[in-house]
Amino acid sequence: MSSTTTTSNAYQVRNMNFFYGTRQALDGINIDIPAQSVTAIIGPSGCGKSTFLKSLNRIAEAETKVRIDGQISLFGQNIYDPKVNLTQLRRRVGMVFQRPNPFPMSIYDNVAYGPRVFGTKGNLDALVESSLTKAAIWNEVKDKLRTSAQGLSGGQQQRLCIARSLAVNPDVLLMDEPCSALDPIATLRIEELIENLRTQLTIIIVTHNMQQAGRVSQNTLFFNTDESRIGQLVESGLTKEIFFSPKDKRTEDYITGRFG
Amino acid sequence: MTMSKQSDDLTQPLEAGRTFFNTGMTILSGVFTLLGLIPLFLVLFYVLSQGFSSLNADIFTQLPAPSGTLGGGFGNAIQGTMIMVAIAASISVPIGVLTAIFLSEYSRDSGFVQYVRFGVNVLAGVPSIVIGVFAYGVVVTTSGGFSAYAGGFALAILMLPIIIRTTEEALKLIPWELRLGSFALGADRFNTIARVILPAALPGIITGIMLAVSRAAGETAPLIFTALFSQYWLEGLNKPTASLAVLIFNYATTPYADLQHKAWGASLMLLILVLIISIVARIVFRRRS
Ligand SMILES: Nc1ncnc2c1ncn2[C@@H]1O[C@H](COP(=O)(O)OP(=O)(O)OP(=O)(O)O)[C@@H](O)[C@H]1O
Ligand SMILES: [Mg+2]
Repeated sequence: MSSTTTTSNAYQVRNMNFFYGTRQALDGINIDIPAQSVTAIIGPSGCGKSTFLKSLNRIAEAETKVRIDGQISLFGQNIYDPKVNLTQLRRRVGMVFQRPNPFPMSIYDNVAYGPRVFGTKGNLDALVESSLTKAAIWNEVKDKLRTSAQGLSGGQQQRLCIARSLAVNPDVLLMDEPCSALDPIATLRIEELIENLRTQLTIIIVTHNMQQAGRVSQNTLFFNTDESRIGQLVESGLTKEIFFSPKDKRTEDYITGRFG
Repeated sequence: MTMSKQSDDLTQPLEAGRTFFNTGMTILSGVFTLLGLIPLFLVLFYVLSQGFSSLNADIFTQLPAPSGTLGGGFGNAIQGTMIMVAIAASISVPIGVLTAIFLSEYSRDSGFVQYVRFGVNVLAGVPSIVIGVFAYGVVVTTSGGFSAYAGGFALAILMLPIIIRTTEEALKLIPWELRLGSFALGADRFNTIARVILPAALPGIITGIMLAVSRAAGETAPLIFTALFSQYWLEGLNKPTASLAVLIFNYATTPYADLQHKAWGASLMLLILVLIISIVARIVFRRRS
């Protein structure tokens, strides 16, 4: 597996329209998201970044009534095929939320949750340790694995949630503004962790922080709303091109902070 | 816009009017809190002072004795109440908790759920004497007589809406993000509920069940129609059964001072019983979580 120049796509999105009830939130999205790299999603508030992310693991439908047209395929398989098993899909596509949401149980049990649900055989202790290590939090929690996860700081909780996702060995990790509730040091740790995970899985991260998008991602998608406040994908490409030579005026305005 | 001139002095107090209002409201709410607590303490004080002197070992071991005779207790009533409440809980807790899970987790706002919720609210408002008559018609007349089963059934109906409503509230207090977090890991609804949501909501659910148990333990009307009363120890779950509530009712309405005195003792016993059950349940379930 080559680390940076890979030709395979994790996601292929074709003519995707997204509706909350009858209100359209995304219009005509077409994009290929490369595997084994970090893709950043940027754009003003309310343009549908979270909505797009939530369509990629079909978690949106667990929240409210939604309708999705078009096609989204994950490594060649249509994820909106009626035969798709949501459990399988979501095991392969992990998600980290904007606000850390550890379960009200011990640190160990949080990480072991996914493997237990799937009845994973083998050494659970080792799996918990390796997941926590990958999420760069092992050293901080190794002496208190049996204590409640709710006693951790916000940044630690967020890394625990990342460890919890990694424990089921996903192919893709979706992150919705994972650092927005964190201080700069915790943010830095999460960025380092993303950098380290990049070779093992596909990461798609929504962020409001331009510097962060620049630091962690290889590709960037810029979303915006049109006149009728429906979200659309304005521009996509290599992060350095989006940042240094954007083709669209709206992208340039957003990146340079001359927006609205 | 014109603002009244503000002083820069941080120690300057509020205007007299606002200070006065503030203090006045604080005092008022304190006074009303005390007023609300008075009935509670009066009840406790009365039951304690009247009933304490009739508490002794005999009440647990002896059967009711006629007025005028020395001794006698109401061990059979304590036994009957505990058995019938246990029957009621073993019916209403599983049904109630599962119903609440359905209402809160499976289809929060579908039309059907609205009807179920409405039905539960109506059931909560049905007078207990009506529940007694209903259980009489459904169980007593068809099973051939008054029984502990029939009493437990009536109490179960009484407990059901309390358990459903409190459990649903407890489940709704669990943030939706936890469910999403679990779904996002690939867990199905069953695992999410059994491993994350129920354990998190357990303290609230236990409180609700305790509320229902205390309510059921003190009900008289449904038992008069279903379990009636008995002067003897329980001979079988299909026989008329004594209960503290009915014993209190019987004794308190007699003209005999010694029996009225025993009614106070039985009231105190009822309070103690409910208290013990709540404390034990709390300790047991706190350990586990
Ligand atoms: N559960 C929902 N039900 C109905 N409409 C929703 C729901 N969630 C989001 N929307 C609408 O969809 C649009 C896109 O929302 P979304 O949360 O995807 O924006 P976003 O780009 O993530 O914004 P932010 O940067 O503020 O997080 C908004 O107009 C929002 O009001
Ligand atoms: Mg968002």
